[in-house]
Amino acid sequence: MAEIRNYTMNFGPQHPAAHGVLRLVLELDGETVVRADPHIGLLHRATEKLAEQRMYLQSVPYMDRLDYVSMMCNEHAYVMAIEKLLDVQVPIRARYIRTLFDEITRILNHLLWLGAHGLDIGAMSMFLYAFREREDLMDCYEAVSGARMHAAYYRPGGVYRDLPDSMPIYEPSKVRSKADCDRRNEHRRGSLLDFIWAFSERFPGCVDEYETLLTDNRIWKQRTVGIGVVEPERAKALGFTGPMLRGSGVPWDLRKAQPYEVYADLDFDIPVGVNGDCYDRYLVRVEEMRQSNRIVRQCVEWLRANEGPVMTDDHKVAPPKRVDMKSGMEELIHHFKFFTEGFAVPAGDAYAAVEHPKGEFGIYLVADGSNKPYRLKIRAPGFAHLAAMDELVRGHMLADVVALIGTMDIVFGEIDR
Amino acid sequence: MQLPQPDLSRLADDLRSRFAELRGEVRQARGEIALHVPVASLDDAMRVLRDEDQFAFEQLVDLCGVDFSAFGSGYQGLFVQDAINERSFDSRDETDSQPRFAVVYHLLSYRHNHRLRVRTTLAAGPIPTCPSVVELWPAANWFEREAFDLFGIAFTGHPDLRRLLTDYGFIGHPFRRDFPVYGKVEMRYDPKQGRVIYQPVSIKPREVVPRIRRKDNFGGAGASG
Repeated sequence: MAEIRNYTMNFGPQHPAAHGVLRLVLELDGETVVRADPHIGLLHRATEKLAEQRMYLQSVPYMDRLDYVSMMCNEHAYVMAIEKLLDVQVPIRARYIRTLFDEITRILNHLLWLGAHGLDIGAMSMFLYAFREREDLMDCYEAVSGARMHAAYYRPGGVYRDLPDSMPIYEPSKVRSKADCDRRNEHRRGSLLDFIWAFSERFPGCVDEYETLLTDNRIWKQRTVGIGVVEPERAKALGFTGPMLRGSGVPWDLRKAQPYEVYADLDFDIPVGVNGDCYDRYLVRVEEMRQSNRIVRQCVEWLRANEGPVMTDDHKVAPPKRVDMKSGMEELIHHFKFFTEGFAVPAGDAYAAVEHPKGEFGIYLVADGSNKPYRLKIRAPGFAHLAAMDELVRGHMLADVVALIGTMDIVFGEIDR
Repeated sequence: MQLPQPDLSRLADDLRSRFAELRGEVRQARGEIALHVPVASLDDAMRVLRDEDQFAFEQLVDLCGVDFSAFGSGYQGLFVQDAINERSFDSRDETDSQPRFAVVYHLLSYRHNHRLRVRTTLAAGPIPTCPSVVELWPAANWFEREAFDLFGIAFTGHPDLRRLLTDYGFIGHPFRRDFPVYGKVEMRYDPKQGRVIYQPVSIKPREVVPRIRRKDNFGGAGASG
């Protein structure tokens, strides 16, 4: 008789299904996983330590680089924590803009998740469909902030600038024909809000397309139904939040439970799963995209009808207007001091959390009254989800590990920080 | 989704009456409630917070360490250049009896829609220790490993207290205030030895923007008229 032993396997850190740099040490019994030990930290940049060395405003771009597929939501929690400590009131228009971009970000995140998750477990074409719509949303990011991804658009006290009145237009060139440009420019003739509106008209049809490909797909169901089942009580104890928690049937969403910005005034529903498996979490996220689209439309309607400032007029927190800075000495001095020394935040501590596409993203900020944070703790939703990896994969087959990594929506920028 | 509105004053009153004997101290600021408990009664306090009906904190949202050894430091003068010239920070020595580390927990109750921050300061000593809450909330597992890794806080009763985020074979606890932000070692390829080696870091520490703490009413701020 041959001796039978468990086999230990290294999954990652350079495996395409590891979603970044996850090293997973798997102990296998045949093809069944007996134990999983995730090794993380390969992307650890000590964002929290770096933030202690920099002024409050300088850390906003670091927040983009945490979860690099839902950039503005990260910024949102950070600026909310600062605003809480400073006790600054954000103008209503800025709050609508933030809500609008939070939901655009949610669609962006879920599209990437859907594409990558599909790709991991065999639905190749999903990726191409998802990236087609992502491109339009990236253009929205670029229109408001100048950057397609790392926007640094939210600032303590509001947002950096108001929504633009025009969109960039494609021009014919050697590589792009006039007909192609005309097709792409069809919805770019108006303002950014018109562009977003046109997107929101089209988007529910796109979600129908994704669902045609996946929801009743036999292979998709075989790979996801009954995989990684989490009971509701266990999900709470394990620290799950967001779609991971709602997939298990817990109706909990910070946008409803502890509303921030203008979510209390908007009309939307919270989808909840039944079985708590990968398939239910897929259904929850797809429905969330539809609900986000509803919120986007309500925000666009409000923003079209109402003008107003997008930055607080408390000039301890907000820089002076650029035109004033160019013509007035006091404003020039103010501008210089504002960007070299920064603003002081009163001593104390605050925790601010947002319903990030992946779950509850929180910032715990300890201030000591100086121009830099004393301690910044980033509560990343993916961190708690990945910590439960061992418990979820036990008893599943090796191929299901990939489905589970996918369903957790793991991004290493936020887990390793 | 029907949820109760958070009732902060009721929670604060409940905490005050329930935690008087455990020497808990309730603080309320900016719409948040914090409970400070001594580390000796932390275990009991956490069990009460999770199991008793008026609290019912089913989820540990976050756990983190904080190093308070440099709290309140920073330059107070007028000219920024002076602050850059004088290196303001010097770390405390180990014999200092002031508590240096704190552990901060964020709890969430789904039933009552409440949040609570629990803070405990750890006794001074060569190795700060704190009882583990993994038994109460399994979510604490990685959070405690992270706090151990970054701050060197030992959680007694943790089943698997290994480093989490730093490199294999890393020495030191990088988020302590006396650990330089540039690190202590750097890595390069040594052509003579034909392998990657570690050596003491060659970068000089430098502060571009100093930490500045202005006095109250600096430059007439907050003055009326």
